[in-house]
Amino acid sequence: MTAAPLLEREAPPALQEAAARIRAHVVDMCAGPEGGHLGGGLSCADILAALYFSVLRVDPARPDDPERDRFLLSKGHAALALYATLAERGFLPVGELAQFGRPGSRLMGHPVRAVPGVELPTGSLGHGLPLGCGFALAARYAGRSSRSFVLLGDGELQEGSVWEAAIAAATLRLDRLVAIVDCNGLQLTGATGDIAPMEPLADRWRSFGWAVREVEGHAPALLADQLAAAPWEPGRPSVLIARTVKGNGVPFLAGRAAGHYVTLSPRNHARAAGALRASEARR
Amino acid sequence: MSPATREVYRDTLLPLLARRPELMCLDSDTGLFGAAHAEAAGEQYLNLGIAEQNLMGIAAGMAASGRVPFVNTMAAFATSRALEAIKIDIAYNRLPVRVMATHGGLAAGHLGPTHQALEDLAVMRVLPGMTVLVPADGAATAAFVEQSLDVPGPLYVRLGRKATPALPDGPPPVIGKAQTLREGGEVLLVGCGPYPVLACLAAGEELACHGIESTVLNMHTLRPFDTGTLLAAAARADLVVTVEEHWRGGGLGGAVAETLAEHAPVRVLRLGVPDTFVDRVGNQEDLVEHYDLTAERTVSAVRTALDTTARSRATNRKEHLA
Repeated sequence: MTAAPLLEREAPPALQEAAARIRAHVVDMCAGPEGGHLGGGLSCADILAALYFSVLRVDPARPDDPERDRFLLSKGHAALALYATLAERGFLPVGELAQFGRPGSRLMGHPVRAVPGVELPTGSLGHGLPLGCGFALAARYAGRSSRSFVLLGDGELQEGSVWEAAIAAATLRLDRLVAIVDCNGLQLTGATGDIAPMEPLADRWRSFGWAVREVEGHAPALLADQLAAAPWEPGRPSVLIARTVKGNGVPFLAGRAAGHYVTLSPRNHARAAGALRASEARR
Repeated sequence: MSPATREVYRDTLLPLLARRPELMCLDSDTGLFGAAHAEAAGEQYLNLGIAEQNLMGIAAGMAASGRVPFVNTMAAFATSRALEAIKIDIAYNRLPVRVMATHGGLAAGHLGPTHQALEDLAVMRVLPGMTVLVPADGAATAAFVEQSLDVPGPLYVRLGRKATPALPDGPPPVIGKAQTLREGGEVLLVGCGPYPVLACLAAGEELACHGIESTVLNMHTLRPFDTGTLLAAAARADLVVTVEEHWRGGGLGGAVAETLAEHAPVRVLRLGVPDTFVDRVGNQEDLVEHYDLTAERTVSAVRTALDTTARSRATNRKEHLA
């Protein structure tokens, strides 16, 4: 394993600000009538910001460009964070986010292709990596240099299909496939380490033939540096294990399984939004 | 005999791969493609190993990128183990993946319930946008593989394992169009797959000897369902009998019964594998015989039902007159 750079690098202001806006949207969307997956949405906000504001070759004006990089949110329950990111990146109007989960909206609780920028629907866990292999394989056959990125949850790694795809990606030497694990250590009812321990996670992936790096998952610049540099080893798919905090930025829910799915009351919405603003101000 | 439908599929696909660079053949170590076949297919063939969920996911990802993958697995593994991947990754996205499912129905024979597929048609035909095909011989298989190139969405093709008895000549097999193999009379026999269609044809002959005329439909496409041909044939019939290598629920019999109940109610008898897992060793012919998916059983079912119908009509008449 090549170690990630140890020094925290200051993210460019645009990247930091994008991540902050995504977090704010996630909190607002969880105050809607249906609530939302707040914890897992906030744990991957910096990863999504790094991808869409630094790494991915995508263009909102040409969402079907065959040369584009592909991104799949395999942990589809973080749809609200993806919608927020796509809106900030110009794929859909930011004002539309207030419609999340409301009747008549296209913003379903798990990603749907009706939303510009969403490649394929996800939500049932364990589907993203096989699909990503298919994207990467098709790109290779077409002679394209585009890369395919798949964002997984750490709880999701309990699904066997993830490891079916991990075997295939290594066997097929899909080095333009990049997986990111949003490793927040929690799943719906508790700690992943109690329910189905996967550590040492890096060793597991490495034993499957992947190039592995670990990174602080709330440092968008570090995330972007690592992702931009993939493939890290020729002929091997890459997996970036991003150590994150579920519910990051909202102190009364951060690091708590209770923050998995939340409908924020007006009072708690105000508290959460205020906490986010305060933490952004401290940066 | 008709060659095994799975082998006809393979031998039809190979020259198509050469002609159509967008086609792919993704395998799950089924053994259908030997070294020579794999070599002939070149880069368009990949054995992805024993991992059917991943197989369907990779096929979907490739299809979403403009390729048209044919995926090889057994019907049992495609439609139960990998069902969610077919539903979410392929059907939901209406992607042009062709699920080529061997060992359909009782074709796995002595290999037992782990390898038999008696639920696949029920499961596949409820998926929106899925085309569901059951070729009864090699000719239909070749025709459907060729015709599949013009089907924009996903396809499920139930294939067999070994050679099966040849069917007599009939109208050319066309996806979505039931084949009328015999015409006329008060009974409609509907089958899909080699042995059931043959049973229907032989039953038609036998019934004629008893003075009972019948229409025989080879309903090789379960979705989109040829409602028009079924209704036209059923309009002339007092009795409809379906025969299939499938549990009695949800397959061909289910499709026929649902359709007729909505449009033109007529009595429907469904012959299929009863409500049990196969618990005996036998090849496909043995099991077909054991579960009475035969001409003899079809004939006796028809005669009993017609007798009952006649008796109840006579009773009704008497009651009416009284």
